Amino acid sequence: MNAAPAVAENIIAFARALRAAGLKLGPGSAVDAVAAVETAGFTTREDFYWTLHAVLVKRHEDDPVFDTAFRLFWRRRDPNEAILAEMLPLAPVAPAEKAGQRRVQEALEDVGRPSMRRPRREEDLTYDMRGTASDLEVFAKKDFAQMSAAEISEARRRIAALPFAREEIFSRRLVSDPRGRRIDLRRTLRASLRAGGDLIDLKRRAPGRRRPPLVALLDISGSMSDYSRVVLHFLHALTEARGRVATFLFGTRLTNVTRALACRDPDAALAACSVAAKDWSGGTWISSSLHAFNKHWSRRVLTGAVVLLITDGLEREGGETLAREMDRLHKSARRLYWLNPLLRYEGFEPKARGIRAMLPHVDEMRPVHNLESLEGLCAALAKA
Amino acid sequence: MNSKPPNALPASIDETLALLAAHDYVADRALATVVFLALRMQRPLFLEGEAGVGKTEIAKVLAAALNRRLVRLQCYEGLDVASALYEWNYAAQMIAIRIAEAEGAADRERLSADVFSDKFLVKRPLLEALSPDAAGPPVLLVDELDRADEAFEAFLLEVLADFQVTIPELGTVRAAVPPIVVVTSNRTREIHDALKRRCLYHWIDYPAFARELAILQARLPQVPENLARATVAFVQALRKEDLFKSPGVAETLDWASALLELGAKSLDAALVGDTLGVVLKYQDDIGRLDRGKIDKLLAESRAQLKAAE
Repeated sequence: MNAAPAVAENIIAFARALRAAGLKLGPGSAVDAVAAVETAGFTTREDFYWTLHAVLVKRHEDDPVFDTAFRLFWRRRDPNEAILAEMLPLAPVAPAEKAGQRRVQEALEDVGRPSMRRPRREEDLTYDMRGTASDLEVFAKKDFAQMSAAEISEARRRIAALPFAREEIFSRRLVSDPRGRRIDLRRTLRASLRAGGDLIDLKRRAPGRRRPPLVALLDISGSMSDYSRVVLHFLHALTEARGRVATFLFGTRLTNVTRALACRDPDAALAACSVAAKDWSGGTWISSSLHAFNKHWSRRVLTGAVVLLITDGLEREGGETLAREMDRLHKSARRLYWLNPLLRYEGFEPKARGIRAMLPHVDEMRPVHNLESLEGLCAALAKA
Repeated sequence: MNSKPPNALPASIDETLALLAAHDYVADRALATVVFLALRMQRPLFLEGEAGVGKTEIAKVLAAALNRRLVRLQCYEGLDVASALYEWNYAAQMIAIRIAEAEGAADRERLSADVFSDKFLVKRPLLEALSPDAAGPPVLLVDELDRADEAFEAFLLEVLADFQVTIPELGTVRAAVPPIVVVTSNRTREIHDALKRRCLYHWIDYPAFARELAILQARLPQVPENLARATVAFVQALRKEDLFKSPGVAETLDWASALLELGAKSLDAALVGDTLGVVLKYQDDIGRLDRGKIDKLLAESRAQLKAAE
């Protein structure tokens, strides 16, 4: 059965509406969708729904967006089972935009796209790095909480220039290595035949190296508000320098901002983060946030990952549940670092209940209140 | 279905449903639609979902139902071209070279052509799937792609793009008819968008009560009706709980057959407690289900069954 041109047009408009709503669709998908509808034919509304779904939805997270958009776009005008082709006069623009707006609010990935992007000015960075040695010294020890706006922007530049340690683990993938222990027969024989087959020069290979993925869980509650912004800059720089970094924000709920932080421009990336998380500078529910992470994300992002938990650990509720969630997190992580800004106080003693519950389950606790401590962290990551 | 030749593709969504059902795979309409489209449009089928919801099974069932060969590629980190695509039989090649030398036939060109011929080629799953087959193109199952690393993903993308591979010494191998490709992922990491774009994507969810019961009855017809209903209702109630890992359909089936082995006629709290390890695979989850909780879940599932009647 051939789709009537009117239906084809509507399908293309629908695909465009979905793209506006944030689904990642190439121009080919609309063509695919028309082909799919032609293949499956028009039978019932349900089949039509699932046919379009099969072609246009590529991620589980997009299901609700598709569902809403479908209902709005292919609204039945006739209470009887109307033929879909009759729906041509239905204006696709208004409902599409509605769905799009909702998506943009909900999803993070579309915030801060090219329009907000501006080229990074490298000159600034080099210029600022020329400060006198003594200036830098003072600066490096200052607490983030006490910095002025100008100083914070300076700190951002310094963070971008931090030497990120290249911690590496062996991968199972073999790469060619002249000192490797395994003989690479494929290359050996090829090289030998290339040379005429008289000489057999053994080629070798050895396990390659890769960086373990990094997962950062950043507390953005009120007590952390002085630090969370600068730490986010740190994480953004880390994402850019290193790749394979997944970042989550939590206050009263958990938000995945990995895609937002992948945006190259730091300001756009942070703007996207602030839109994504609704619970800035509010309360802290560490245990329920960790629970959400353990339940929904740990199996998806924690495959041999190093975890950075950045929080002051000040939580009033449940010590026991918190300990259980920390234990779960610790078991799934390759290494669990707790970065705590409270360590800036000399003679800091873990007295708060939350801190005491969390402490037994971390591999290492480090300060994260000034640039020096971040440098120390980079060095620590090298051992991971 | 019997009137058709064994390997004809289904002509409609209903036929696809019937075809899967005939091989004890109880699919919902959404899954049948995407399978049907993948078959007709010759596009790879990308299935995601929690462990044990029947992702791998669909490839096996398709192979059986369409009377095709099943070629399975299990992914793991470090999977490379040598184990996914092809490898030369080096030992045999070396011997061939030695013999040629001993015979004094030192024509370099001919030797190289002889050594790099079909005779010395070891085909791995991807090449097998692209090679012509009398019984029609096979079903290629790329299982648990999330376990492979990004490098392999990129390579697979190339193969799935135009179903051809190039072996430098032999030339290009191209599938005349593309194989039926099923890619599965447990979502332990995100698969790159580019690969998903080539495929028809479907998320397989946990089935609702009626379908899970149908699956159980299709797979294990020897389980008495009452026990089957109680088992499924309990697992359904269990999935609503706040667990680290909810049980999949595979666990339901395992549990039902375990109960059958134990000669159980109905579910009670003691029996559930003793066999919980079949359903739940994390100590945290098992620890959370104490006697009181099990009683509560049993009561819930019984109420559900009553309401359904």
